[in-house]
Amino acid sequence: MTARRPKLAVWKFASCDGCQLSLLDCEDELLALAERVRVAHFPEATSAVVRGPYDLSLVEGSITNGEDEAKLKRIRRASRRLVTIGACATAGGIQALRNFAAAGAFVDAVYPRPDLIETLATSTPVSEHVPVDLELTGCPVSKAELLEVISAYLAGREPAVRRDSVCEECKRRGTVCVMVARGVPCLGPVTRAGCGALCPAYDRGCYGCFGPKETPNVPSLARWWRERLGAGPGEVRRALSTYNVNAPAFREGAGLGEDSGG
Amino acid sequence: MAERTATKGAGRRTIRIDSLARVEGHGAVYVRVAGGRVVEAELRLFEPPRLFEALLRGRHFTEAPDITARICGICPVAYQMSACLAMEDACGVEVEEAVRELRRLLYWGEWIESHALHIHLLHAPDFLGYDDAMSMARDHGDAVRRGLDLKKVGNEIMTVLGGREIHPINVRVGGFYRVPTRTEIAPLRERLLWARDAALETVRWVGELEAPEAELSCELVGLRHPERYPVCEGRVASTGGLDIPAASFEEHVLEEQFAHTHALQARIAGRGAYLTGPLARYALNAERLSPAAREAAHEAGLGDVCRNPHRSIVVRAVEVAHACEEALRIVEAYEPPGRPAVEVEPREATGHGCTEAPRGILYHRYDLADDGTIREARIVPPTSQNQRAIEEDLRAAVERSPDLPRSELEHVCERVVRAHDPCISCATHFLRLEIDGR
Repeated sequence: MTARRPKLAVWKFASCDGCQLSLLDCEDELLALAERVRVAHFPEATSAVVRGPYDLSLVEGSITNGEDEAKLKRIRRASRRLVTIGACATAGGIQALRNFAAAGAFVDAVYPRPDLIETLATSTPVSEHVPVDLELTGCPVSKAELLEVISAYLAGREPAVRRDSVCEECKRRGTVCVMVARGVPCLGPVTRAGCGALCPAYDRGCYGCFGPKETPNVPSLARWWRERLGAGPGEVRRALSTYNVNAPAFREGAGLGEDSGG
Repeated sequence: MAERTATKGAGRRTIRIDSLARVEGHGAVYVRVAGGRVVEAELRLFEPPRLFEALLRGRHFTEAPDITARICGICPVAYQMSACLAMEDACGVEVEEAVRELRRLLYWGEWIESHALHIHLLHAPDFLGYDDAMSMARDHGDAVRRGLDLKKVGNEIMTVLGGREIHPINVRVGGFYRVPTRTEIAPLRERLLWARDAALETVRWVGELEAPEAELSCELVGLRHPERYPVCEGRVASTGGLDIPAASFEEHVLEEQFAHTHALQARIAGRGAYLTGPLARYALNAERLSPAAREAAHEAGLGDVCRNPHRSIVVRAVEVAHACEEALRIVEAYEPPGRPAVEVEPREATGHGCTEAPRGILYHRYDLADDGTIREARIVPPTSQNQRAIEEDLRAAVERSPDLPRSELEHVCERVVRAHDPCISCATHFLRLEIDGR
């Protein structure tokens, strides 16, 4: 064992747990990883807690209340490098749909006593509150990319995270285009690669869970859907209004305005 | 950053565990003792609500399986299955047996993954005195590696059928987008042959762990099916005589909101707290386990009913053994169904779906408009159903040993909660429902 292993911390805000579970899903690498880093804060996996500062903090989940915002700021101060993992932490998650509804409407619909629930009217990404060193998108993140982020950190290099589109990944995989060949609406041309172009390989269109690629042309794809596939405007809006609805390119493509509502 | 305090004096003490470890999501425990009696025992679930039932309104019925999967990264298949069953019920569609068999295979994959995770990484360290599986592996390497590999087999099933293990992309209302070829399914056979034996080895291993004494008195509620150990079908039954279709769930289960938790707590009308999950499934269906799983259960000392929550680790292991055998049977007999899905035309109707998530029954109800728009959604996850029973169990545990030193009593409380495998991400952000006395 090395004299000083870097301290790894995993944090959770509003989310489903899936992105941090991705780390525990690295069954072949988990024990080796635990030899290379000191797991300093990862409540889902261990009762042991080591005090900060932390070398690498992985943050899952979106910010939906003042207490979490304050906690996130403490985490940022205690972290040398902070990486957001997943659609919630990076874009606000599907719970960011509340940003575009009338204030309070969602809490009122779910709880009989809304006054007992302290929740902001918005769900916002980590980067709206603190500086972020790297954002890893995906709902959930790719295990391979998560391991790459950690390995790159340990090796002292920049991680190789894809910036191209699902469309390009799909071509390399050799899948017949579901949109061109079968007229199935697909968000592959505007969605970041990293999943392995799964959906077209399973005969369905990409639904954008990895969020926008770098420089996506959403209006052009929307026009394609409307003119060539006969999709109504509601269909484009609905397709973009899911796990990454608050990512600027998808939000604007869905006609949901410029700001996150917050 | 677990913060704990316990105050003591004149028979009064307070136990607070502000951050529970090795559970899914954010939870806390608060127990107040006065005059030697527990006056409050609360499991506080402070996960920020994500309000899924509200955001489902106005969505298309075909979107519910993928959207509700995001409630929980540990049991997304459970959400997808309950959503599909509810939508098919609303639209009056029957899915053919060959496709239902593939759904079971996918669901067994999730059980294997989730149970192997809980047994080896979250729960076993409590019995053997470790903070986590990583440190436990230094002394019990074979068991931890076996557990991780079992977990991986579950994930492999989900990856073949669903594209990926977390939030699978291949499930749709009516069936699947694409069914696997025989060539894609074939490699699972060898893995499941190994897993079947490994699971039995795990049953023997956890059967020898010394469990604290405890006896749950509450009603046990789960699905029951005349032929199968239930996962994706069956009526809602209980040890108290409940025997109803999913459509009657809301007539029998009431939910309430309390200030100390973001989950709405469930109880059975006219009775009270109940528990769903492995102990309930086992109590209601033990005779429908595979012969090898049943024999392993008896060898591990389980009777036909187990009411000690700490021994749920044995029941989970038995369920993994059963799941591996059933998955193997499906894989060996596999012929691709003629079509991956049946067409589902929406209509104005209400549909109900209830399946067995690894942690217990998961109920969905949707009210649809004639164009398939969701007008209202209601989702009752297992952990909010169990919350009250867990609190009763906490109360009983503290009352059994009120004079333990503070750190030991805290550990007792943490162990009680972990034994129930709560999923706090699931439990919060939910329900409308009736407030007491309303």
